[in-house]
Amino acid sequence: MTENTIPMTSSIVIEPTMFELSSPGRTGVTFPQPDVPVSDLPKTLLRKELPLPELAEVDVIRHYMHLSKFNYSVDSGFYPLGSCTMKYNPKINEDTARLPGFAFSHPLQPIESVQGNLALMYTLQEWLKEISGFSAVTLQPAAGAHGELTGVLIMRSYHASRGDTKRVKMLIPDSAHGTNPASSGMIGLQIVQIPSDKNGNVDLAALKAECDDTVVGLMLTNPNTLGLFDENLEEVVKTIHACGGLVYGDGANLNALLGILRPGDAGIDLMHFNLHKTFSTPHGGGGPGSGPVGVTAALADFLPTPLVNIVDEGDDEIPPLYGFVNPTKTIGRVKAFHGHFGVLVRAFTYIAMHGPEGLRNISEYAVLNANYLQSRLRNTFRVPYDRICMHEFVAEGMVAGSDVRALDIAKRLMDYDFHPPTNYFPMIVHEALMIEPTETENKVTLDAFADALIKIAAEAKTNPELLHEAPHKTPFGRMDEVKAARELVLCCWLPEDYANS
Amino acid sequence: MTYIPHSPKERDAMLATIGIKTLDELFKDIPAKFRFPDLDLPPALTEMEAAAELAGYAGANETTQSFVSFLGAGVYNHYIPAAIDHILKRGEFYTAYTPYQPEISQGTLQAIFEYQSLMTLITGMEVSNASHYDGATAVAEAVNMAYAHFRGKRTKMVISPTVNPQYRATLRTYTQGMGLTLVGDDAHANLDGGPEIIEKLIDEDTALVIVQYPDYFGCIYDYTQLAESAHAAGALFCVAANPTALAILKTPGEMGSDIVVGEGQPLGIPMSFGGPYLGFFTTRKKYIHKMAGRLVGETVDNRGQRAYVLTLTAREQHIKRERSTSNICSNQGLMALASAVYLSLLGQTGFRQVAELCYHKAHYAADQINKLKGYNLCFDTPFFHEFSVCCPKPVAEINAHLLEHGIMGGYDLGQDYPALKDHMLIAVTEMNTREEIDLLVEILEEISHD
Repeated sequence: MTENTIPMTSSIVIEPTMFELSSPGRTGVTFPQPDVPVSDLPKTLLRKELPLPELAEVDVIRHYMHLSKFNYSVDSGFYPLGSCTMKYNPKINEDTARLPGFAFSHPLQPIESVQGNLALMYTLQEWLKEISGFSAVTLQPAAGAHGELTGVLIMRSYHASRGDTKRVKMLIPDSAHGTNPASSGMIGLQIVQIPSDKNGNVDLAALKAECDDTVVGLMLTNPNTLGLFDENLEEVVKTIHACGGLVYGDGANLNALLGILRPGDAGIDLMHFNLHKTFSTPHGGGGPGSGPVGVTAALADFLPTPLVNIVDEGDDEIPPLYGFVNPTKTIGRVKAFHGHFGVLVRAFTYIAMHGPEGLRNISEYAVLNANYLQSRLRNTFRVPYDRICMHEFVAEGMVAGSDVRALDIAKRLMDYDFHPPTNYFPMIVHEALMIEPTETENKVTLDAFADALIKIAAEAKTNPELLHEAPHKTPFGRMDEVKAARELVLCCWLPEDYANS
Repeated sequence: MTYIPHSPKERDAMLATIGIKTLDELFKDIPAKFRFPDLDLPPALTEMEAAAELAGYAGANETTQSFVSFLGAGVYNHYIPAAIDHILKRGEFYTAYTPYQPEISQGTLQAIFEYQSLMTLITGMEVSNASHYDGATAVAEAVNMAYAHFRGKRTKMVISPTVNPQYRATLRTYTQGMGLTLVGDDAHANLDGGPEIIEKLIDEDTALVIVQYPDYFGCIYDYTQLAESAHAAGALFCVAANPTALAILKTPGEMGSDIVVGEGQPLGIPMSFGGPYLGFFTTRKKYIHKMAGRLVGETVDNRGQRAYVLTLTAREQHIKRERSTSNICSNQGLMALASAVYLSLLGQTGFRQVAELCYHKAHYAADQINKLKGYNLCFDTPFFHEFSVCCPKPVAEINAHLLEHGIMGGYDLGQDYPALKDHMLIAVTEMNTREEIDLLVEILEEISHD
């Protein structure tokens, strides 16, 4: 146990760990005594000790209540985290996902006994197809990056199925999310980075120079991570298709396009959805997400197995029977079972409550909010690619005549009770502050946020130390990240003298 | 406009600030021929209507509330204490993002730190990451890690055929085109040989040996010797474990594992038709730089307060891009929280109690079924809470009959293993009463007479 005991430290403890709160003999939940004869346990296969913490239910609740108060969240305030679409999460979604008919169903039940689940999944597939303009959708991938992995495997399998095995290059713009190169690298593809031009679009000349018969495809985020819709989209798609490649769409920024443009219509071959962003299933403090993938008809046979479909049409008297089918050239299964079903229920609820006009409103107001903030802030912070943006924009977190950096500005925003924007991404903008307000914020909130940033810019000149040492009003200050990485204290156990405590 | 708060007046003021007159002007960059498609979707529902609609879908399912269930095969029907969901429903937890800003994310960070601690403790390992998508993808990530550890120089992965077929299928998908050989991944293999069969497959080109504990058929083996053989060949050793079993069983860490992964669903997470679940991933400290996923470490803030941060982030995709071991970004944060709350509520007494109840009830059920004419236990090996039964009739037929009596029978192993036609995998947990088990036995006997 020596390696995992709590090191001697003089730091101030704000909330003890559950191990420190533990006291011998307590328990939060008890279970009935066995109602069957007791069998012998396998003596040679038993563990020696199980030093889990011992807490009463009230201890556990208070512990987590205390912890929850240290978190900033969408429910507590404005969270303009670029690229993350931190919109309000309707409460009804949480209730529908927890309906006993869903929550207590086992993924291996006979299909006849889970027709409600399967009908919901089938309908959601149909809706996502309609929203995106694709011919087929898998709901299996667990998150955006998992959808990307699914997508790049489909792209390679498609080429291989045509005997076209020399394609090894994936083209990825320099503004892409890190998951794009990571997903392609994970399956052994070569990554070729494509620069952006002065307007923030993919540099067409650089793209064309890389296009040859070794290209698997292009991974395109559109709107890109600058929040800009690529003005040359049609030319980009044509260029890739001309060399035999496929265009993968990173759906992270789909919140700008609902009812505005269907990626499938614009020639994108496949794309993942982030249900936890666009369709407002919550982020859960880092997950679970859900990353369905939509594809054109040419790629439908390569989708992960199984897909939900109608396996018996039924008739006037008998309703259709939903079940599973295996795509003929499937890349295989990308996870166990059928995807993050509980997340799918939330997205289904959200889409059902919006309808076609409501979905378009989402994107219209997301884009309105971003442009409004851009207008209010562009005279204070330089916007390097300054034009009408989509659902987010990127400013430079620098103030003339001051040494403050984007990080300082981000930390100071916490003192004004705002979550900071994404900073230092995309990497093509110096000291990037990437701001995505989403559609669920009103003008009063946006004005308060803009006012705070303008005030911070003034503070940067008059009192830069205030920013360097921010935040001041949060329960915790800046962290010693070097200490964390050097000492690598990654877990704690019960204190050594616990039994006597 | 359900969740859009703008008044028309506010909207117009904002448009004026931007310098445009209509919302449509925001979308001039969109090619006109594709712009503003009509979406053929049903009209919007109010919350009241949506609640009824969703209740209709949910009501069209049978569940473990309406039926007695003996279905497991990787997903288990355990009691979920009420307090867990009350904590998960705190907006401070479920509407937060990944804790990239530690000053205002200490709740999530400390919760993950404690989760990591609990996982190392139950597996007997040294470090845990903040989670993967599920048990299947955690196994695939173990292979990625081993591949990276040997820098691609060892290309053989030995995986027991008694690892969950869905995990093996996922692994085949993940590794296609990587130039790896998966050895042992054979549904026709001898399934009754235990670790000795796997031992023979290990050689100097083996990067990783993967087994399941208890295995897919419920059997438990001591893998200490197998781990030694893997190490003797220079390979790493990985166990995919059921966490409930670890409440009483010898830990994979004690057996010498280098990586212990598994499906965390049994730890307080609803079955929810297959997800979201929790892939836990633990390893030895010396392999930490090749481990994928987020990691929380202890530190102090500039006020001298103990605090937690995401650490060693240079391993991850947002920094290392194509050179990272994995592309994982979102994980299962809220499910990891659920499992930590579960373990903290049960504590050492409650967790052990659950495992023992599962063990005793499963053994009672197995004894009773084994006495029936026509039914036999397949394996003469110790088991935990699941066991395989050779049946006198096709499993689908038996299950259809059981359903008529309100019982969801076990999993039909013939679907995955041709040699196990007419074999049923029966899971028994603390949720099954003696009366339910007796009813199962009674109906099984009836069926064999028909």
